[in-house]
Amino acid sequence: MKLQAARRRRQTVFRRVVVGLLCLFFALPLLGMVEFTTRAPGGGRTLATWTTLFDFNVIDADYPELKTGVLASAGLVLLTVAIMLVMLVPTMTWVRLRLPGLRRTVEFVCLLPLTIPAIVLVVGLAPVYAWVAYFLGESSLWLAFAYVVLVLPYAYRALDAGLSAIDVKTLAEAARSLGAGWPAVMWRIILPNVRTAVLSASFLSVALVLGEFTIANLFSRDNLQVAINQLNKRDSSLATAAALAALILAFIVLFAMSFVGAGRRSHHPEEN
Amino acid sequence: MGALLGVLPFFAYTTAFLVVPTLIVVIGAGLDGSNRPTLGNLAALAQPQIASAFVHSVILSAVTAVLGAVFGGLLAYAVSTAREGGPLRRMITSLCGVLAQFGGVTLAFAFMATVGSEGFLTLWLRKIGVNLAGSTWLYEPDKGLILVYTYFQIPLMLIVFLPAVEGLRPQWREAAESLGGSTWHYWRHVAGPILAPSFIGAMLLLFTNAFSAYATAAALISQGSPIIPLQIGGTLSSEVILGQENIGKAMALGMVAIVAVVMTLYAVLERRTTRWLGR
Repeated sequence: MKLQAARRRRQTVFRRVVVGLLCLFFALPLLGMVEFTTRAPGGGRTLATWTTLFDFNVIDADYPELKTGVLASAGLVLLTVAIMLVMLVPTMTWVRLRLPGLRRTVEFVCLLPLTIPAIVLVVGLAPVYAWVAYFLGESSLWLAFAYVVLVLPYAYRALDAGLSAIDVKTLAEAARSLGAGWPAVMWRIILPNVRTAVLSASFLSVALVLGEFTIANLFSRDNLQVAINQLNKRDSSLATAAALAALILAFIVLFAMSFVGAGRRSHHPEEN
Repeated sequence: MGALLGVLPFFAYTTAFLVVPTLIVVIGAGLDGSNRPTLGNLAALAQPQIASAFVHSVILSAVTAVLGAVFGGLLAYAVSTAREGGPLRRMITSLCGVLAQFGGVTLAFAFMATVGSEGFLTLWLRKIGVNLAGSTWLYEPDKGLILVYTYFQIPLMLIVFLPAVEGLRPQWREAAESLGGSTWHYWRHVAGPILAPSFIGAMLLLFTNAFSAYATAAALISQGSPIIPLQIGGTLSSEVILGQENIGKAMALGMVAIVAVVMTLYAVLERRTTRWLGR
């Protein structure tokens, strides 16, 4: 017992030192951004940059590229999440119900983007996007097609965990025997049962789309990160403030997600 | 037959936006400007600037994978000693979730605001006689980029490695202690060998993460293309020389080949990990 108490004390000291030092390393660049965006011209501190960032009239009039980028990213978030859910949830459910032999194939395809760097995908997507532009026009919104591919591995894992936790087959058969059609099974039986998984897949997609730069930049389309990068050439203080604001937004999204996941886990008693 | 119709949209979509782009890269790397087979694109990878970009990329990824794995591994162990579901664990895991994914432009700005020529640490260090602003160290692949990349590698390591550390059972430690083993013995003969495959596996994952990264370097470096993702980006945005249209595809294929080797090693290690940690 004495040995354990001594070890626990040592562990506490070790934990505080390691977490403290690394959090300092994580904090310094973030502090740098706060410090940089609050510099006043003659020395001293000012919040002018931040009031500008949240003054929509000024942004609208003086920084149209930022407005375009924010709107484009908002649209991309919605479209990416929508395509991802509409495509993945029915497919994964259907494969479990009717085509279990295809499960490995679907998993392989979904995890494939992990081995293909985004920059490589851009090279291969260039001709594909020439066709997209031909049929649908040049809108930045169509980047969502590529973003769905980027989020595929993360969304697949989250949804797969959710579907594994319920008995899809029994639920679907019960609903079918009571006269429900397939759309009703999907919408009223499966979806409510994998709510948590759908939420975490969506949150991950939101965080990824908000941070995406590579594809949008190389295809010369607009999104939040491209706008921030362009803005940096004109007003680096405002660009840095916008980047920090987007980072905080993503942190809030992921922090909220950690509570969603915790809600489900609390049903299982802890091992120790 | 009717059942297959249900998966048609999924396979049609992934064919158009994943399989076809991959094939375009693989096949295009072997074609010249007028679509005749050639090995010229692959031979062009030996050009000094492309070869050195590959070397820079591999070194940068390897060094930051090791640094990230060591510091991230320590952090994961430290966090695992805190109470499960407690505020520290939740804060650190969500913080790392963001920092690992959100690199890119934000990270580049953050480091410019900190250790760039007008950064607050630079100004502060100047007061005590250390001059960081004199050189372009922040923008070089073997100096500044290592620091910046390590910043997103450590959080990723925590996310990947924490489940493995949490798999260590307290009973194993108690068993080692009841047999008279010291902390060193425990780590050398029990925890070390059990964690080694997941540690190396996580390091390989970190390698591919750094190797694939484009955004951070693109936002940070405005002149030259010292690493391979920037070289590929350059072939997309600038005018291409006649007869070299598909060199970008050959470089992309080279990247995929390196990532594929690393990921295969990772899959092999993963199989070993599951044997012990029973995940």
